[in-house]
Amino acid sequence: MTPTPPVRRARPRSEDSRRGGGRPGLLVYGVLSAVAVASIFPLYWSFVVASRDNSAVAQATPPMLPGGNLFENISRVFDTVDFWLAIQNSLIVATTVAASNVFLSALAGFAFARLSFPGSRWLFVLVVGTMMVPTQLGIIPLYMLMSELGWYGRLEAVIVPALVSAFGVFWMRQACEETVPYELIEAARVDGCSVLRTFWTVALPAVRPQAAVLAMLTFMTAWNDFFWPLVVLDPNESPTVQIVLSNLASGYFTDYSLMLTGATLGVLPVVVLFILLARYIVGGVMQGAVKG
Amino acid sequence: MMVASTSPPETPKASSPAGGEPGPKRESWRDRLARWDLKGTPYLLILPFFAVFLGFGLFPLLYTGWVSLHDWHVVLGDQGFVGLANFARLLGDPNFWNALFNTLSIFLISTVPQLLAALGLAALLDRRLRGRTFWRAGVLLPNVVSVVAVALVFAQLFGRDYGVVNHVLGWVGIDPINWRSGTWASHLAISVMVMWRWTGYNALIYLAAMQSVPRELYEQAEIDGASRWRTFWAITVPSIRPTIIFTVLVSTIYGLQLFAEPQLFDPKGTAGVGGNSREFQTVTMYLYEEGVRLGDAGYGSAIAWALFLIVLVFAVFNYRLSRRIASKD
Repeated sequence: MTPTPPVRRARPRSEDSRRGGGRPGLLVYGVLSAVAVASIFPLYWSFVVASRDNSAVAQATPPMLPGGNLFENISRVFDTVDFWLAIQNSLIVATTVAASNVFLSALAGFAFARLSFPGSRWLFVLVVGTMMVPTQLGIIPLYMLMSELGWYGRLEAVIVPALVSAFGVFWMRQACEETVPYELIEAARVDGCSVLRTFWTVALPAVRPQAAVLAMLTFMTAWNDFFWPLVVLDPNESPTVQIVLSNLASGYFTDYSLMLTGATLGVLPVVVLFILLARYIVGGVMQGAVKG
Repeated sequence: MMVASTSPPETPKASSPAGGEPGPKRESWRDRLARWDLKGTPYLLILPFFAVFLGFGLFPLLYTGWVSLHDWHVVLGDQGFVGLANFARLLGDPNFWNALFNTLSIFLISTVPQLLAALGLAALLDRRLRGRTFWRAGVLLPNVVSVVAVALVFAQLFGRDYGVVNHVLGWVGIDPINWRSGTWASHLAISVMVMWRWTGYNALIYLAAMQSVPRELYEQAEIDGASRWRTFWAITVPSIRPTIIFTVLVSTIYGLQLFAEPQLFDPKGTAGVGGNSREFQTVTMYLYEEGVRLGDAGYGSAIAWALFLIVLVFAVFNYRLSRRIASKD
């Protein structure tokens, strides 16, 4: 996910006391409903095609309701590509990246928010600045570097460069500023706690909610990543879900039910996670945008 | 700053040598450790980030410059220094100019309407809505869907013969369009994918900024009898200027590096070059074709550096432009 902008801090205020000349009318709800339908339709359509056979897709009038071929199509996907291996790889990558991002970002965020050390100011400016560096453009030397390290085709090649991100550091710094009181750290120091111990026993427990949101966002980003895995992984030996999906798309003839069954399977975990945690994730995106 | 002032636990006075002799106070091993801990540990905590960034972000980007000055093949390795030959080749390469044109075209078609729509959407979401979370989650949903899945679904929706888009256009009497062959048609289709995925995200970013606009400004406008439209342009938009500039910058950086959507819109998938006559090959796709698939690392790196400079120029240009547009005057 993209970094969020530095914007003035919102003043605490009940959202219900908002301005705006009364409740919005039907027109507003109408427009929003149309946007919501447009947001959901491609996913719904993907499911419709996934649950039908190919002939149904080639009808003059596209079918709008799901059919009964879903499980047959799913087993076809598993027969065509090694979907199990892909899921396993994607899970390993996304989980490792999310866990390490939360931990390493929290370490750095804590240092920037609550410890003062010479150069901390401009080092943090540097962190934020790196968000603007288009790392995607360095893929050729990065690819060579991975070959040099013997990591081509191995999951390390995807995991290690993503272990920590500027966005994560930025995010956890905000979280620490928000929720870790100086008094607690002071008290821990007086008790003779080392910096690391203070981090572990005081700061980390306090930022748990924000850490959870960061974990989610990073997990999704890692799960959805495409370009770099495409370059550095061997699609036959070590596929990820996204690579396997892109393989379904390239064949002699386009098997749309197969393709969209794969697409449905590939987005399902993330979409379910999103629906379960929508409140926190939406809040997180908004929060990240407001603070700064 | 407060933490820095937290001194390590002081040695009790009683334990200092009696008689108050001059000379440095003896520090216990424990104190010294605590002092080092306070001084050194912060750097240790931020080290992982900088190590990863330097090793896997900055170094490759700079090394790209070095590689671009060589005849360098991924398999064969360095074949010797060639100076600016790769860049000279780039200037005379019609495929590069075609890719650059496509990138800018798709970037413009997708970004301008996207950010305007996001602004409008944010203004609607900023009203006192029932079911607030539902609407916000609804607009953010497309953003969590993987770009590969998006490309697959839209490839089907934009099919020539049985695609839903052509079917719907048929209702208003528009003949089926071959979305993969025409330049404009394919650019439009790809832009729709980009817009679908990012409009809601940007709307939430704008919404967050709008909520920190002081209420008094709106009350004042209401007293002055300003219309909702005028209030929006005269108060809301200028007030969230930093956010608008930020989204313009990010969209520029990401938009000019567009890869997955056009790559997968090609029926040949990842082996494709953006249509039969490269109608929608972007610069990053060309970089992938030359530098990765054909293994010409030197030329691929030249493309990467050219793209980097273009992104830089556009970022500066857009920064200035959006500053002017969003300013209060």
